[in-house]
Amino acid sequence: MLKTEAYINGAACISPQKTIDGGGFHIEISEVKDVSYMKCLEPVYKKYIDPMIARRMSRIVKMGIYAAKTCLEISGIENPDAVITGTGLGCIEDTEKFLSNMILNEEKLLNPTPFIQSTHNTIGSQISLFLKCHEYNSTYAHRGLSFESALLDGLLMLAEKSAENVLVGGVDEVTTNSLNIQKRFGHYKSDNIANLNFLENKSKGSIAGEGASFFLLSDKPASSTYAKIASFEMHSNSFNKETLKNNALLFIQNNNLDINDVDLVLLGINGDYRFNSLYDELANTIFKENVCTYFKHLCGEYSTATSFALWLSAMMIKNKTVPEYVRINKVPYGKLKNILICNNYRTISHSFILLKDAEL
Amino acid sequence: MEELTEKLKKEIIEALNLEETNASDIDTDAPLFMEGLGLDSIDALELIVLLEKKYGLKIHAAKEGKKVLYSVKTMAEYIRKNNKG
Amino acid sequence: MSDKVFVTGIGIISAIGNDVSEVLKSIYLKKSGLGFSSYIDTIYKNEIPVAEVKLSNSELIEKISNHSSQLYTRTALLGLIAAKEAIKNAQIENISEARTGLISATSVGGMDRSEIFFKDFLADSRKGRLRNIIGHDCGDNTTKIADYFGISNYVTTVSTACSSSANSIMMGARLIKNNILDRVIVGGVDSLTAFTLNGFNSLMILDRQPCRPFDETRNGLNLGEGAGFLVIESERLLEKRNKKIYCEVKGYGNACDAYHQTASSPDGTGAKLAMTKALKVAQLSPADISYINAHGTGTPNNDLSEGKAIEDIFQESAPYFSSTKSFTGHTLGASGAIEAVLSILAMDNKLILPNLNFTTPMKELRIVPVIDLIENAEIKNILSNSFGFGGNNTSLIFSKC
Repeated sequence: MLKTEAYINGAACISPQKTIDGGGFHIEISEVKDVSYMKCLEPVYKKYIDPMIARRMSRIVKMGIYAAKTCLEISGIENPDAVITGTGLGCIEDTEKFLSNMILNEEKLLNPTPFIQSTHNTIGSQISLFLKCHEYNSTYAHRGLSFESALLDGLLMLAEKSAENVLVGGVDEVTTNSLNIQKRFGHYKSDNIANLNFLENKSKGSIAGEGASFFLLSDKPASSTYAKIASFEMHSNSFNKETLKNNALLFIQNNNLDINDVDLVLLGINGDYRFNSLYDELANTIFKENVCTYFKHLCGEYSTATSFALWLSAMMIKNKTVPEYVRINKVPYGKLKNILICNNYRTISHSFILLKDAEL
Repeated sequence: MEELTEKLKKEIIEALNLEETNASDIDTDAPLFMEGLGLDSIDALELIVLLEKKYGLKIHAAKEGKKVLYSVKTMAEYIRKNNKG
Repeated sequence: MSDKVFVTGIGIISAIGNDVSEVLKSIYLKKSGLGFSSYIDTIYKNEIPVAEVKLSNSELIEKISNHSSQLYTRTALLGLIAAKEAIKNAQIENISEARTGLISATSVGGMDRSEIFFKDFLADSRKGRLRNIIGHDCGDNTTKIADYFGISNYVTTVSTACSSSANSIMMGARLIKNNILDRVIVGGVDSLTAFTLNGFNSLMILDRQPCRPFDETRNGLNLGEGAGFLVIESERLLEKRNKKIYCEVKGYGNACDAYHQTASSPDGTGAKLAMTKALKVAQLSPADISYINAHGTGTPNNDLSEGKAIEDIFQESAPYFSSTKSFTGHTLGASGAIEAVLSILAMDNKLILPNLNFTTPMKELRIVPVIDLIENAEIKNILSNSFGFGGNNTSLIFSKC
């Protein structure tokens, strides 16, 4: 477990909801019926990215740059001391493009651009290139802990005092091919369902999603502060109901809190009925008197979905509001001093983040 | 020659995804790299692929590429000279 | 803060040897691993030289003798073999006796199998054996290694193109210095694939001849494959453990060139920043460096940029330097770790490693690389550079204890 004092002084999120460019918090939730996957609502990139620069960028790179730039604008920091990105599958659109061309053209006359843009660190590098930022830059690509790894690196930089402001983000995209492949594995639902029904739905698989969420983390609060990351833990082993419960309890205890100090719990239920019981257990036992919420009906399931959860939590603390559309139970809420995020990626890896109100 | 340069300009726009540029914006004689359109080394590679795909002309080395790809005019002259497409 | 970080184990598999002792033999013999591929399915098989590990997938599987490895990608197999050697070399009996993490790195993960899958899948999206795509992502090799050794404290994968495994080593050292872990297995792996071969070919930066780093006539790089891992441990842990130490991980630095997606800046800004940062962390001056293991890919662009950066920083006190990529090829995500292992071997055996295939100095540079294998060299500090696409530049410093 890492105890930190990192202030979220900027946050921006591109997601399947209207979360960017003034969409912010009071988002009209798009109920997508018969959704194959939840596709991001993308902004007009021209606002920040010159078409001459954007021309060879794939969606995921543009989403990353736009979210990063928006986040920085909110924070008032032009040049961060580090740019750290997490991505589970990286730039799959360009990877597929080059791979397809290679196969279809029998290795001849291949356009280099998709190859160049296919490396996992393209997003992070293009952000630094865009900002003309020469500082530390790294990219983590480790499945469901990709964003968590990036976050840990950023928090470590602040703790080491080798940075005052770090830009940390999580980005992933869906392509038709990647969706098909993951459906064949049973990761995603084979029938299209409405995202807002997935708690009731009894089918296997989750709904695929994508997104780009960036945060400006600082060692000091500012007028733009959303919340404080007080503690963080990541686990690369899978949990069952018991071990998840025990680890969640231990995390709370190690932060010198009682269960009833946790004002809100944000759970990574992903709609795959085979795994709903993991979080059902939490919501119905140790957290049954806490405000329980969920988020993957908004962003879908993807490797770096924790970054969406962090954005959502930061927004709830800043706005002192819990929107109806994230509620699982009807426990009334008051202050939002401590928010606990419990996420997992397809039950393989887990993370806990404790977010605190920076004012109190 | 006019026809060829116009065709080339359209092909360049497509190959390099210059969405906001029209053929009329590209000066036939102006340098394509550094100034003019301000293309870079990746664009040079894409134009080399274009020459081979559309005109069957293979450029083997960077130095040769630099001369041929100087401007739309030099590209057109190269195509006409080697007249395979 | 700041416990010292020491290297207690090394493991490697590459074109010049399937383990540390074979690699060392090849160094003494100045024997390069470059040749034509035996295993990649490509039309360029007999045209483009590569530095391939001289074992087929079946032979790699035999080395692991674990029945589930039948389904592993070549990347996972190479990674596991090198990690195994490093852990054995570090004489770790009980991995859970200390807070132990694993950081691997790769640029294209299990692409060696993905490209086989994709051929069938492209024709019909119901086709393609799922077993060939399940190991596609970067985290696959890492997870296989972690599961094999039962490491679960902290496991992750870095993917920053050619600087990937240098960044793993740097992150591992930082985790130890910040008392989050006591020990980390750090390194990286990449296997040769038609994807990367065609990718670099489309960039026109592959040499059809064996590469000649820092040579005036250099014409590009040769791709290689392999894996390298280090076991690094904290001073605290070693007080209890009493294990032979290879060297200290004394310095590290990462910076972004922020010049262009693939080309390095002509004056080597990113390279200079990375080297300067590493020296600062190590609290050393340029004159303290005995040998530089350069990134030295053999491309016109890198060697000029890096050469200029070295001259700028080291001025009149430029130490011996060489690129070992003419031995191992450019092993992409694995290069940082493979070259760290080579640097540590050099230090341990008092060797200055030669830059093979060099004949003509670059007209833009004063400095020239070492061309002979120098023995009985007094080596105090080695600087190792790894520079990746996207301008991701990392420098590491290893110091004799």
